[in-house]
Amino acid sequence: MDTNKRFLVGVYDDDDEVMAAVKTVRASGIKIHDVYTPFPVHGLDKAIGHPRTRIPMVAFMFGTLGLITMFVFTLYTMRLDWPMNIGGKDYYALPDFIPPMFEFTVLFTAFGMVFTFFITNGLWWGNKAVIFDLRSTDDKFVMAIDTASNQKSEAEIEKALRETGAIEINVKEIVEEED
Amino acid sequence: MAEHNHHFDPAEMEEWYDFTSSSKRKLIIGMLAGLATLLIGAFLVAKGWGIGLNHVHEHAEHAAHGHEAHHGLPAWGKRVVGNLWMNAEFFTGISVIGMFFVAIQYLSWAGWSSIIKRIPEAFPAFIPFSGAIMLVLYVAFGHEIFHWRHEGIMDPESEHYDAIIAGKSWYLNNAFFLIRTVLYLGSWYGLWVYLRNLSKQEDAIGGTEWWYKMKYLSRIFILVFAVTSSTCAWDWAMSIDTHWFSTMFGWYHFASWHVTGLAVTTLSVIFLKEKGYLPAVNENHLHDLGKFMFAFSIFWTYVWFAQFLLIYYANLPEETIYYKERFGGYGGIYKAPFFINLFMGFLVPFLWFMTRDAKRNFTFLKVGSFAIIIAHYFDFYQMMMPGLVGANGGFGLIEWGTTLFFACAFIYVISAQLTKASLVAKNHPMLEEAVHHDI
Repeated sequence: MDTNKRFLVGVYDDDDEVMAAVKTVRASGIKIHDVYTPFPVHGLDKAIGHPRTRIPMVAFMFGTLGLITMFVFTLYTMRLDWPMNIGGKDYYALPDFIPPMFEFTVLFTAFGMVFTFFITNGLWWGNKAVIFDLRSTDDKFVMAIDTASNQKSEAEIEKALRETGAIEINVKEIVEEED
Repeated sequence: MAEHNHHFDPAEMEEWYDFTSSSKRKLIIGMLAGLATLLIGAFLVAKGWGIGLNHVHEHAEHAAHGHEAHHGLPAWGKRVVGNLWMNAEFFTGISVIGMFFVAIQYLSWAGWSSIIKRIPEAFPAFIPFSGAIMLVLYVAFGHEIFHWRHEGIMDPESEHYDAIIAGKSWYLNNAFFLIRTVLYLGSWYGLWVYLRNLSKQEDAIGGTEWWYKMKYLSRIFILVFAVTSSTCAWDWAMSIDTHWFSTMFGWYHFASWHVTGLAVTTLSVIFLKEKGYLPAVNENHLHDLGKFMFAFSIFWTYVWFAQFLLIYYANLPEETIYYKERFGGYGGIYKAPFFINLFMGFLVPFLWFMTRDAKRNFTFLKVGSFAIIIAHYFDFYQMMMPGLVGANGGFGLIEWGTTLFFACAFIYVISAQLTKASLVAKNHPMLEEAVHHDI
């Protein structure tokens, strides 16, 4: 079944303007879906009210997983399955195995973060990108508001966008495919 | 996030540090108390009542290391000289890292640091003091500090002749060592004086030309320091244990200095901030300093471990003796400093500074910075003391006194230097970027 999501899309000309607009629009009680800009605007994510990213937690967990994986692997291969005496040291001489454990920690952290980032941002094969306005990759700053998730009427939202300096306001319907 | 202020006025950024007479008095009292503690400690050790004196007589190990008692000073004297040498080198390092930090900022076109750069910029003012102490110690007591300076060690006729050390005489000889030491200290200090003058002229005259001149100077400094940071480590620290050498040592020694210098910078910025100075510095700038400390604590650990692991793998007796002395030699007195160093230099900063919130919290930063400074103090302690005093080492009044003296002297000189220029480089071309810094 397909569901349609209806968005009001305000197009702005300037990064300072869109920053001020985000604050005003939010203060008037309208929930913003997201803002798309041609370059990173510092502090915009906080102004929109996006929750802080949890990617550091992911990084820590993947790192720990990598560390444990290599610890178990070296322990199994070098001590349990086929004990080898290297340089007359103990069978499991820990310092010898710190470099691979370190490398696996780094590897798992990096890959884990990248894949988590891709998945949470909907960047997987076959996924269609949601583009509210193509010009947000060039010189326009685009604020998208989900009409269904807002208490205010479309007319009120449109008025708020207009008053904060949007040069044009479009309606965009996004078709979400569900399978 | 900082409000966008479109009316940025560099002139308003100027502020002057007031080094109050009460602070001066306290620091001088601290220096005197340090000296007094040092003297009392030395007296007690000389009398054999010393706190922290270890009555360990491991003659076998002692002799194996080649430090036989064929030279002048008694045990307490060696310990005093050793402590002065170690602290002088530690604080010289913190000072020169101030210059290194500023140079790196120029070379990397960094904007965020322009608002705090005057603080590390003041650090090298201590080089003449610690450098003078080092030179005096070397000239007067070099034979007590360095194995290769021992009487007759390079003379084939002498009973103390050591062929391995004699083979290094082209590098480790009195004149060349003095020339090198003077060159290191002189080049670091000289380049700093030049940079500091340019920085003051930038304040007075303004314009971007000073930035380019300082960048050019930074380039020269980095080239000089790239070589001298390694060679000074060989000369001042590694040659104490003359038989032993490690190709990682230069980096290891530098990494220890660097992370300590960053911790001292962070503490100074927070201290000034809490006194009401630097109103435009906020948690974003300190977050960056926190990241530096986090990253370079790991860098230090990496180098430390690389040095350890190569020796551990190869298991050559002439190399492992270095770690044997520290793990269990001399009755195990260096075991505690060794592990304090490792845990507080790696595990504490690694876990403490891992989260974003920790790096943006002044209390967290202060605790972490102190942990790093203590860790790397013990790094230098365990780097040098086994070779300097061996079984006669310990941690007592001599150590506390010397460290207190040096710390107070360092803070005094740096505070005095901070009053000589505005705390913020008001005409730095990237200052506005630093004011709006947001991460």
